Amino acid sequence: MATQILDRHLHIKAIDAFIDPSVPRERAIITHGHSDHARSGHGTVLATPDTIAIMKTRYGEDCAGRFQALPFGEPLPIDDVTITFFPAGHVLGSAQVLIEHRGQRVVVTGDYKRLADRTSQPFELAQCDLLVTEATFGLPVFQHPHPRHEIGRLLKSVADNPERSHLVGAYALGKAQRVIGLLRDAGWDRPIYLHGAMIRLCELYQELGVELGDLRPATGTTKAEMAGQIVLAPASAIRDRWSRRFPDPVVCQASGWMSVKQRARQALVELPLVISDHCDWGELLQTIGDTGAQTVWVTHGREDALVYWCRRQGLEAEPLNIQGFEDDGGEGGE
Amino acid sequence: MKRFAQLLELLALTPSRNRKLAALTQYFRETPDPDRGFALAVLTGALTFRNVKPALLRETVLREVDETLFAMSYDYVGDLGETIALIWPHHGGTGDLPSLTDLIELFNTTSKSELPKLIAALLTRAEINERWALVKLATGALRIGVSARLAKTALAEMSGKDLQEIEEVWHGLKVPYLDLFAWLDGKAERPDIDHAARFHPLMLSNPIDEEKDLGKLDPKDFSAEWKWDGIRVQLVLGEGTASLFSRTGDDIAAAFPDIVENVQGQAVLDGELLVGKNFEAGSFNDLQQRLNKKVASAKHLKDSPAFIRVYDMLFDASEDIRTLPWTERRQRLEAWLKANPQTRLDLSPILPFSDWDDLARQRRQGADEQGHEGVMLKLRSSPYVPGRPKGYWFKWKRDPNVVDAVLMYAQRGHGKRSSFYSDYTFGVWKGNEIVPIGKAYFGFTDEELKMLDKWIRANTIQAFGPVREVRKELVFEVAFDSAQESARHKSGVALRFPRINRIRWDKPASEAGTLEDMAVFVAAS
Repeated sequence: MATQILDRHLHIKAIDAFIDPSVPRERAIITHGHSDHARSGHGTVLATPDTIAIMKTRYGEDCAGRFQALPFGEPLPIDDVTITFFPAGHVLGSAQVLIEHRGQRVVVTGDYKRLADRTSQPFELAQCDLLVTEATFGLPVFQHPHPRHEIGRLLKSVADNPERSHLVGAYALGKAQRVIGLLRDAGWDRPIYLHGAMIRLCELYQELGVELGDLRPATGTTKAEMAGQIVLAPASAIRDRWSRRFPDPVVCQASGWMSVKQRARQALVELPLVISDHCDWGELLQTIGDTGAQTVWVTHGREDALVYWCRRQGLEAEPLNIQGFEDDGGEGGE
Repeated sequence: MKRFAQLLELLALTPSRNRKLAALTQYFRETPDPDRGFALAVLTGALTFRNVKPALLRETVLREVDETLFAMSYDYVGDLGETIALIWPHHGGTGDLPSLTDLIELFNTTSKSELPKLIAALLTRAEINERWALVKLATGALRIGVSARLAKTALAEMSGKDLQEIEEVWHGLKVPYLDLFAWLDGKAERPDIDHAARFHPLMLSNPIDEEKDLGKLDPKDFSAEWKWDGIRVQLVLGEGTASLFSRTGDDIAAAFPDIVENVQGQAVLDGELLVGKNFEAGSFNDLQQRLNKKVASAKHLKDSPAFIRVYDMLFDASEDIRTLPWTERRQRLEAWLKANPQTRLDLSPILPFSDWDDLARQRRQGADEQGHEGVMLKLRSSPYVPGRPKGYWFKWKRDPNVVDAVLMYAQRGHGKRSSFYSDYTFGVWKGNEIVPIGKAYFGFTDEELKMLDKWIRANTIQAFGPVREVRKELVFEVAFDSAQESARHKSGVALRFPRINRIRWDKPASEAGTLEDMAVFVAAS
């Protein structure tokens, strides 16, 4: 049984390694650098080189006892288990973990998306028997529009309100760089201004070869020069005192949650941008089908609907109720 | 439709009142007739469709979407219209949606059996924002934070006309308001509205301060009546027409055919709507049952017949008598009732009293023996003035004390209420803000709890852990034993043994109590 190599806490018993553990473990395999997956204090961390660079940047050089870098697509045999990373397309360095054991194939997706994104290695499908998939947007109400369309709305609003600045709330790792990349692709070649919390990770992306153009700190600018400009900041800062330095800012937020208008209203977001680094409902269903998995474990989000759908398709499916993952869908959340 | 969808989205997402106003003004200025008139009707809630209902939309969606997945999604989103807009699985935008006017025409003329097909085709053709606006339009539940008042203010801004002038004619106008816009554009005279179809803003009372007011007021200048425990209504009787309005000007005639079909004569009357047989008023709960139905059921009509206890007259036939003193209006009212015998109207009797102590005694006795809410005092010389003028009408409520407070925060309860928001913090006005005065978690039925929970989820503006802050729009009548000064509350007032006496779905927050009202209770304790 494929289910024996991995248990419901994402523990690979044969090699005593945990995937994305929420408490410090002797051996951890980390799918990507977001704080609900990558924590400090593990003994040995196995991750992609980019994820290791991100972890060191966020938590410090010594946030784990030892790092072992494993590039995408290179099988790593440990005893009779083989670990291979496949790109997950979520953020730079994000990986799906393929575990092979005596002919059984198990894939743990971590967070993933299938749409092309030039700030992250593109998703690659891995066939498997057991799929452990995330379900952040695991409800059929989530049908993400194309991000180009959303960036178009942002740029139209900028053009319509030349006297105001646009303050875009975005998660500092991944979303911020994605939005910058999308803006550049749409032809926005003016400087993009950053909240202090964004700067280090944007620099890291650039060091790792992701071109982001002219980025400047938002602090120290005057109101007059910020009219008509785009500023990126963590969601928590966009309605904070920090935002008062900008001329009559249009509060925007880039997140998959923004498709629900009542949510945007609750968050006092004036221009919601539905830009997600996760699969929407259709992509989740497509992926489950494409992997050929007969058994699906669902975690991270709205498990119930996806489990229900899988069972209707004749697949074995169950929810994993793993503690410690953020599931509020609130501020940035992804 | 594209333009209207953009407007709705902007209104829903812009927190600034001024920006909403600017967007509305611009829309009304740039949009041709009759589209802008229909938009105005949608925004002010004046438009309803006979066959296009939430249930029909739901049915349309369930032909295409698994019912369990739909239910899970609705649970998550919390708003039926938005769930439908987001979950619709087909997309094939070829060409634009019809104009707002054409769309409304289609909704009104398509047969019930063909409507699901029409709606499905429209949903598929619409872009996401249009789909959202389309569903909002069809379900009639906008929830975008725009009041009818704001829409009318935009009309005033657009035209330079006075808002009060617009309010005066408003209730006599018909969708799509061509004559109104012609006047606003300066192309025609102000529409001449028969008072018979129109709502006239009500005159409201102030709570009395026993210590301060009674000493200064001469009992001889005042007339007293019981304060009736129903809802305030205005009955407008024209030539062969009868309209019934709530205190906010909503037309509630459809829910009370037993009244509007059984009244004679011409007048505009002010009174209390009550239910009960033979002019014996039943409980407020009986009335609430009927208020909850947009259209009265046969059972309700039989078991809980409605009547109006009349206490003032604004128009005698077509003569505006609002400037006459109360004494003369009362005489006119009594004479009119004699001349026009009624089966659904009776007169609120005058309570004779010799001095304030005598009235205080009657008030206590009335509360104890008949459960009267209190007494009303009316200055005999007072004209009928819309709003809440000082010094004319007073309400002198009975003990225990009650205050109309506005819901501010809600928290999830425990046990069988664990999934419901059942602990409520409420407050009263202090100048332009609402300050909390207490917290209560009982005094309502399970049914009411469900409705409150739904309202809270739909009206949350932010969450702090388990606590939700809601729009300051829902009024509770809170009963309490006494009020004390408190340093713990921002308001400086704390209530002893507060409980929700009644949920005032009908009452606008602007009419809730003030901190000054509370001072009376604090002084009394």
